Amino acid sequence: MASLFGGHTPTVGESEAISKNDCIGNKMAVLRPWSSIRKELIMTLPTKHPLAIRWAHWVNFPILTLMIWSGLLIYWANDVYRVGVGSVTAFHFFPDWFYKLTTLNNRLSEGMAIHFLVMWLFAVNGILYVAYTLISGEWRLLFPDRNSPKDALAVVLYDLKLRKELPPQEKYNAAQRIAYTSILLMGAGSLITGFAIYKPTQVAWLTGLLGGYDMARWEHFWLTMGYVAFFAVHIAQVAKAGWNNFQSMVTGFDQPAREAAGE
Amino acid sequence: MNSIQQEASKRSRRAFLTLGAGAVGVIGGWSWLNRGKGLTGLAPAFRSVLDANEKVASSVLFSDSHLAPQFAPGDIQEMRVNGSEGLQEELDLAEWRLKLLPRGAKEPSREFTVEEIKALPRVEHITSLKCIEGWSVVQKWAGVRLSDFTRKYAAGSEAASYVGIATPDDEYNVGIDTPSAMHPQTLLCYEMNGQPLTSDHGAPLRLVIPVKYGVKNIKRIGTIQFADQRPPDFWANLGYDYYCGL
Repeated sequence: MASLFGGHTPTVGESEAISKNDCIGNKMAVLRPWSSIRKELIMTLPTKHPLAIRWAHWVNFPILTLMIWSGLLIYWANDVYRVGVGSVTAFHFFPDWFYKLTTLNNRLSEGMAIHFLVMWLFAVNGILYVAYTLISGEWRLLFPDRNSPKDALAVVLYDLKLRKELPPQEKYNAAQRIAYTSILLMGAGSLITGFAIYKPTQVAWLTGLLGGYDMARWEHFWLTMGYVAFFAVHIAQVAKAGWNNFQSMVTGFDQPAREAAGE
Repeated sequence: MNSIQQEASKRSRRAFLTLGAGAVGVIGGWSWLNRGKGLTGLAPAFRSVLDANEKVASSVLFSDSHLAPQFAPGDIQEMRVNGSEGLQEELDLAEWRLKLLPRGAKEPSREFTVEEIKALPRVEHITSLKCIEGWSVVQKWAGVRLSDFTRKYAAGSEAASYVGIATPDDEYNVGIDTPSAMHPQTLLCYEMNGQPLTSDHGAPLRLVIPVKYGVKNIKRIGTIQFADQRPPDFWANLGYDYYCGL
């Protein structure tokens, strides 16, 4: 590593050009030309998560939180879904204690107002994210390939300590590729099912394709439960992967290893 | 610490400060959006966005040719009774009259008996009534098109921006944009599933408007008034969207 920020001596011309065009007021530029420093930084602090992806990720966090929260305010008014068979209900979404705890009862109008404002932000952020991954080529790292289903199983077995070795991977392992692509498709699904129940007469063709108004609402609800499940696994995995992994989603790079001597 | 680590620390600090500033910004922005939350339970910013959504929906999506799906007689479901605002007083059906105020009128231009309304072409459809709460019920409705009624008895009023409809005691009222009111499936309805309306469901005349949530399907109509300003709307005054378009 040390050789990377060793002996480049800039020419006078290079330094002057830099100080005119770039980085005015940057102390490092006074000592050394910025171009050489930046070149080294790019080599030594390689970008793990591009800025656009970090923004989309963190902007999505409050947006999705508000969408789920306001969605629950709306769902309360007709809380018909459950897990069960026939007349046996294993779990009703949601029990009274849940509403009391979360105070999300009797707030339908508020929920609708929030939902129909934040939906625009959710859509725009999602579209920008997809556009960025397509244009930058980042999608190649995110989209599952032919080996992903098999490799994802291996990753899960590894996580469960039933297998010793991870399959070879690039930036994301096969399970991540499937998860991160699924969550994106779920986002698109939420927009589509949401649109179908928001304007079931104007886009009756779409609502019909989804199985009708009641079915589209059911799909919209279960996609949301899918986010909650994703979130739980995501948090557990991030916690398990540790601080360096987490901070890279904020800073964009892995922290450089500290050198033992002379630091 | 070497220079690369200094740079890493600097950039990390900057990134986390940006994240923190973003979090503060989101919280600040959220309280800004919620400022001025009044008795209606809806802050002005949210009302503005609902109204902007209405502009998008009415100009981009809405069309008279977009019809609510129709169902087969076998799909008709058991009706729920929901909402009794404006139905509290005893109503003498023999005395009931519909009052019509065309655009610009201060006083009713004319009063109608049910028989006079039934004289217009009868229209039936089996459609689902969608409650704003999230449930829906398929029913067979029969009545006359509000557009037929308007063209015959209030010609020119279609040019007004809104139609305000209220119960005889004015305890319940709705405001509807005229294009939705003139939609071919919007009915002045007098029959449900082949039977005259019962009092619970708005006898003798109610509105059936499948391009709107149930809240706009006002029961026991007393007056119909065309206006260019938004007429009062019971649920919009309580924080709900004014448009409620489906």
